[in-house]
Amino acid sequence: MKLRAPSAWRDPVALLALPAVVYLLVVYAYPLLWLLMKSFSGPAGLTLQPYVAFMSDPFNWRVIGNTLRVAAWVTVVCFLIGYPAAFALARAGTVMQIVMLVSIILPLSIGAVVKAFAWQIVLRRDGIVTQIMMGLGLWDEPQRLLFTETGLVLGAANIFLPFMILPIYSVVKLIDPRLSEAGATRGATPLYCFTHVTLPLTLPGVVSGIAFVFSLSVSMFVIPSLLIGDRFQTLSTLTGRSFLLMRNEQLGSTTAVILLALAVAIVVGSTWLAGRLGGKT
Amino acid sequence: MTAIERLTKYATWFIAAFTVVFLMTPLAVTIAVSFGSSTVFTLPPPDWSLRWYERLASTRGLLPALVTSLQVAAISTGIAMALGTLCAIALVRGRFPGREAISTFLVSPLMLPGLVIGIAMLQGFKAMGLRDVYASLLVAHVVITLPYVVRTVVGSLTLFDFSLIDAARTLGCNYPQALLRVLVPALAPAFLTSGMFAFLASMDNYPISIFFTDAWTKTLPIQMLQYVEERPDPTIAAISAGLVLLAVLALVIGDRLVGLRKLADF
Repeated sequence: MKLRAPSAWRDPVALLALPAVVYLLVVYAYPLLWLLMKSFSGPAGLTLQPYVAFMSDPFNWRVIGNTLRVAAWVTVVCFLIGYPAAFALARAGTVMQIVMLVSIILPLSIGAVVKAFAWQIVLRRDGIVTQIMMGLGLWDEPQRLLFTETGLVLGAANIFLPFMILPIYSVVKLIDPRLSEAGATRGATPLYCFTHVTLPLTLPGVVSGIAFVFSLSVSMFVIPSLLIGDRFQTLSTLTGRSFLLMRNEQLGSTTAVILLALAVAIVVGSTWLAGRLGGKT
Repeated sequence: MTAIERLTKYATWFIAAFTVVFLMTPLAVTIAVSFGSSTVFTLPPPDWSLRWYERLASTRGLLPALVTSLQVAAISTGIAMALGTLCAIALVRGRFPGREAISTFLVSPLMLPGLVIGIAMLQGFKAMGLRDVYASLLVAHVVITLPYVVRTVVGSLTLFDFSLIDAARTLGCNYPQALLRVLVPALAPAFLTSGMFAFLASMDNYPISIFFTDAWTKTLPIQMLQYVEERPDPTIAAISAGLVLLAVLALVIGDRLVGLRKLADF
């Protein structure tokens, strides 16, 4: 079978894509490329000097450490809550499923400013967390979680949780629950069934959930500004500050490009991994 | 029911309830605080009052910011829906190479850090000579809203059976009539829903908008964050409650148009 290769110029429908593509090329792709180029260009042509300078400052290593550590913790918390939650969502009765879907989708269309502000209230010394912990007898005296790393992780995990639940749910709902029953009738323990049947089937969803939450946590800006303040800098807050407060565009461009590289690496890496896992099962 | 089945049932219930409570906490707290009489966010509030809502009208800078946000969201969503729908038709109906790449490119603003996009645009627009803050804000917000439109419209066009248009023509419609009577009603729900969520995304955007503000032009989230940092009081909770209401409205309409489960598709 030999078909003639379709050509963009022979298919007039392709022209309909042109306005949107040209628009994004001009106002989005070109500025991003420009940012990238500028960060590598010095007075004498191509240079890595800004990156070398950035990396040779121990303060900046702390910033990178902060960024990755917080993002890792947020991802872990989201996974620990989100993985079981995705199963609960898939297996829940009709009413509970609707309640869960609403509570997952609704926060998605509310801005980070609103939610981070709410967490400021929750994490105060007299906030809900203190009331719960003292009520359970776990804390002897009120503690303030606001402006601590724990508070930041808790708030960010709450805000990004839907991005963990939904991709995992999208694969869990396709798994036939009878698979585990079939395993059980063949004498497999529930644990064996889980690790050998269910878990491998959910891995593509897990990979994309983790990628979503990790990259959102690396690049979050409003949430750390409100929940931990200026003393704690991440790549993202440093980028924002260097443009908005310090007027240090060189530093800001360098950190922005590092953020960009991280985001692209996560997207490309996770897509590749999810494809491989999906193809195998 | 075996012991293990019962256990699974209770565990499912417990996890589901915990997740719902955890996810709804920020929204519930915001609404409770906005109706409280206390100035210091005491929970549960000692007494109920509407004082923070009465304050809204007299809070300086809030109304202009709200108007700016609504305008920018409406105009940018309108532009995005025009550009995005045309492009979606090309992507689904066209037979040309690189369609996959184009659709990834169009959705990519959702996957990259907003702050980085904002910085790039700030410098790029300057280099291109675009200095007007309001115009920059609009141009930037089309990039925020476009991915929502493209994603949803491509999704629903893929599911649309185009032979229905031929059927309508066989039954006596001319081509524009067939489009109007068959394609438009079939696409309308997804189209409206995508527009609604694009609108909300624009309303809520902070990391890109922050680079296109000055003393006169501020969007709502920018103005809100400024208040929270300067003098936090439950007035912000009252505005937030308004935004929550807007999101609830969008969810209800979205549920009517395309269904809750469809909204959760990822």
